[in-house]
Amino acid sequence: MPDATGHFGIFGGRFVSETLMGPVEELRQAYEDARRDPEFHAEIRRELARFVGRPTPLYPADRLSEWAGGARIWLKREDLCHTGAHKVNNTVGQAILARRMGKPRVIAETGAGQHGVASATVAARLGLKCVVYMGAEDMRRQEANVYRMRLLGAEVVPVESGSRTLKDALNEAMRDWVANVDDTFYIIGTVAGPHPYPMMVRDFQSVIGEETREQMQSLEERLPDAVVACVGGGSNAIGIFHPFLDDRSVALHGVEAAGDGVDTGRHAASLSAGKPGVLHGNRTYLMSDEHGQIIHTHSISAGLDYPGVGPEHAWLKDNGRVQYGHVGDREAIEAFHRLSRLEGIIPALESAHAIAYGIRLARELGRGKDIVINLSGRGDKDMHTVAAQEGIEL
Amino acid sequence: MSRIETRFAHLREAGRAALVPYVMTGDPSPDSTVAIMHALVSAGADMVELGMPFSDPVADGAVIQAAGERALAAGQRLEDTLQAVRQFRDRDGETPVILMGYLNPVEIMGSERFVAAAAEAGVDGVLLVDSPPEESAELAPRLREAGLDMIFLVAPTTSEARRARIGQLASGFVYYVSLKGVTGAGGLDAAAVAGSLDGLRRHTDLPLGVGFGIRDAQTAAAVGQFADAVIIGSSLVARLHEAARNGQDPAEAAGEFMRPLREAIDGARGADIAKKEMAQQ
Repeated sequence: MPDATGHFGIFGGRFVSETLMGPVEELRQAYEDARRDPEFHAEIRRELARFVGRPTPLYPADRLSEWAGGARIWLKREDLCHTGAHKVNNTVGQAILARRMGKPRVIAETGAGQHGVASATVAARLGLKCVVYMGAEDMRRQEANVYRMRLLGAEVVPVESGSRTLKDALNEAMRDWVANVDDTFYIIGTVAGPHPYPMMVRDFQSVIGEETREQMQSLEERLPDAVVACVGGGSNAIGIFHPFLDDRSVALHGVEAAGDGVDTGRHAASLSAGKPGVLHGNRTYLMSDEHGQIIHTHSISAGLDYPGVGPEHAWLKDNGRVQYGHVGDREAIEAFHRLSRLEGIIPALESAHAIAYGIRLARELGRGKDIVINLSGRGDKDMHTVAAQEGIEL
Repeated sequence: MSRIETRFAHLREAGRAALVPYVMTGDPSPDSTVAIMHALVSAGADMVELGMPFSDPVADGAVIQAAGERALAAGQRLEDTLQAVRQFRDRDGETPVILMGYLNPVEIMGSERFVAAAAEAGVDGVLLVDSPPEESAELAPRLREAGLDMIFLVAPTTSEARRARIGQLASGFVYYVSLKGVTGAGGLDAAAVAGSLDGLRRHTDLPLGVGFGIRDAQTAAAVGQFADAVIIGSSLVARLHEAARNGQDPAEAAGEFMRPLREAIDGARGADIAKKEMAQQ
């Protein structure tokens, strides 16, 4: 999966304006070509080892496990990647592909800023010009990451339209791409968008699951009983899930952001509470109203605050291979504090959703079982948000 | 013969290019759309493109995006667009109306229901920007069955093979996107567009319309020399918004905007025809 035209069942596809059909096809061919080239893979592997710092550890969170009082919890430490999140796995791959295609300029969209930082980082490393689109509201929430991108030499463009968050940044990046297709490579940050993006980003992120599989087997000589990851667009989740899809003994759990609660209308849980529709180049589960207009979403985590989800997740939900649940703002913040205090690891708010769900699941499964939670990023970027919740001004 | 075919046949006989304005349903105000459509026709429009407001119009520029946001804020939805066409048809049974927008509102309404409602309302063609031929396998045949055209775009980035395929698939007319960019972008190169249209004519006998980047009488006249239809959106939408803000009747402003374009296009063609006649004598 996907099929030759980029469909995962009824999901995926290439729902873009005619101007982008040419560039999307050019990218598909370039990626197919690169995929067959051992040197492309070798270069990515070298970069992941030397620049990103892979492999990341699989860490037994013993104090958290003991506190939760159930299954043993392991953390896949993507927070230890260079730039502090899994996002860099993907940007390394796409930036190397951009250079291979002879595109000197890369653009990206970002919500929490992690994908923007990762794009700016690899652009600096490879000598590419970088422009990052970011919702004005997200820029306010993620000031430090905005400065970080600028330090790395990227131009950060505030997006004032719509809800001024991730989806609007995506719209703006697509507009830039339409206007500058000749010299520009669009680095999409998640497993969404027109084919081949969902497949390509998944391939680049699958290193997470491949390592997890090997590490679990060498440490415990078995596979985990469950794997848990948060889902906004869903790239860290598909990255850790994908190498386990054929292992039926491994339960896979995706965790969406329930914001104030999925019944309140103020959330970002498109798989749990949305319906199939078309946005940003693919058919997938979406948060849209009864007239087909996209709804403004809410999550305390800017990285999960997106009204859609990658099409492969939509397909995995419908065929039942992955269970999708949700965690609200309050429970995510509790988990954020819990992990910080018990393990000395401050997680990203995105990852805190997975931690909260993982704690529930550990209790449900009970002792003698192993759960891996993907710790997709570190929480430095979220200091202001969490402090503000407690009325503290930094 | 469909309204679109009939209109193009008449224009061809008269040696004229079609003038096709785009307006967003419900902008500058919900009750202004039908009057604007009639005013455009009185001032020389041959066909009207009616925008269906969408929250995330990725292929449109800032002007049309803002118009869509205003229309949505005023409560305009897909049903209102269909209603505007119904009301327009009370007085005008001849001018073709094309709906232009994005797929999601159509899918959420249900494509079967949408096609039936559009046909009943008197719509002649539908252009969904994010639904290229590859993803139109369900909707295109449904529209065709109901006697509606599915209009497809061809862009400067469209490969020769795709041009041939779209030329075969399309009905009504082919919409050529004159530049790489979103609606309302500048920098149209008339000579390059003329060359592309010549190439496109090898693949299809359908009329060829040109849009994106046409902002005034001068560019309209230049494009009208070689295109079968001249499509103008952003600058009209901007003008209507400005008129409403200044307290001017938007329908009146629409007429004022359209008339000089009509004259410029016909004038340029007239000069062309006169020259040919002289050469023949």
